[in-house]
Amino acid sequence: MYQLERQLLNDFQRDLPLVKRPFAKIAKKLGVTEAEVLDTLRLLKAEGTISRVGPVFAPNRLGASTLAALAVPGNLLESIARMVSEYPEVNHNYEREHRYNLWFVVTAESPERLREVLDEIEERTGLPVLDLPLVQEYHIDLGFELSWS
Amino acid sequence: MELNEQDRRLIAEIQGGLPLVPDPFEAVGHAVGMSEDEVIQRLQELLDAGIIKRLGVVVRHHELGYQANAMTVWNVPDDQVDAIARRMAATGLVSLCYRRPRRPGWPYNLFCMIHGKTRDEALNKIDTLWYMCGLKDIPYEVLFSTRRFKQRGARYVMARA
Repeated sequence: MYQLERQLLNDFQRDLPLVKRPFAKIAKKLGVTEAEVLDTLRLLKAEGTISRVGPVFAPNRLGASTLAALAVPGNLLESIARMVSEYPEVNHNYEREHRYNLWFVVTAESPERLREVLDEIEERTGLPVLDLPLVQEYHIDLGFELSWS
Repeated sequence: MELNEQDRRLIAEIQGGLPLVPDPFEAVGHAVGMSEDEVIQRLQELLDAGIIKRLGVVVRHHELGYQANAMTVWNVPDDQVDAIARRMAATGLVSLCYRRPRRPGWPYNLFCMIHGKTRDEALNKIDTLWYMCGLKDIPYEVLFSTRRFKQRGARYVMARA
C-alpha cells in the first residue's frame, strides 16, 4: 500500500481538521498536494477501503438503536436478510455462526419508530426478534488500529 | 445539548460522509442553509458535547485484511460485569465492549468484538483475553460473521417524505 494511503488511513481516523480547506491542511502536514489527498481519499472510498470521511456518532445520543438477532431457518436466510437490509433504519446486517444466525443493528429517529421496525420484522418473518439494546459501552472507540507488515 | 431543526438538517447532510471536495464544510453549509463558519463551529460543539465521537476517515476493516470478525458473548455475574468489562477493554484485544440485557434463551450480558486477520488469530486473542481477564468460569460463545449483507453508517435522521 502506498505511503500516502497508509498515512491517511492511520492518522486521520479522528483528526479531520475543522477548518476551511481541511484536506489542504492534511496535505501540508504530509508534504503532498490537496489534490493528491482528495484523489487518494476518493479512490479509497471507491474501492471500499473506507466507508466515508465524516462523523462517527456516539451510540444512543441521537435517536434510538438496538442490536437485534433472528434465528432464521437456513433456506430462508438469504431472502430474510435481504428483507431486513431493505430497511433504511438497518445499518449493519451480518450472518453469524449460531442458532441466532442473522444479526443486525437498527437505528431509528425515535424509540417509537425503532419499536415499529422491530414489530414489522417480526410480523413479516414470523420469527421473534431478539432485542438487545445497549446498556453500557466500555471501550472508547479509538478508531481501528492498523498494523502493516 | 439541545438539538434544533438546523442540527437535524446538518446531521442528515453529513451522516453518510462529507463531500470529498476542497471546501467540504462550505458545500455542506450550502446544502443546509448555513455558512461555512457556522458549520465548522457547530461541528466543534457537537464534538465537544460528545454527540459526535470522532470526525475523520472511517475505515471498513473487513477490506483491510481483517477477515475474521468474532462477536464474543459472555455470561458474567451481574456484580462483576463492570470490573471484567473494564479489564477486557484495557487489554487492547477488543475493539468494542458492550453490556446488553439478558433475554429468555439468551443468557449473555457482555459483548465484545474481536478482529483478526484469520480465524485462528481471533481465537488466539480470545484465549489471551480469557487468560488475562480471569474468565475461567465464565460461560461464553464465539459468533464469527460469515457474510455481510449490509454495512454503512447509521442514518439518524431520515429524509422527510
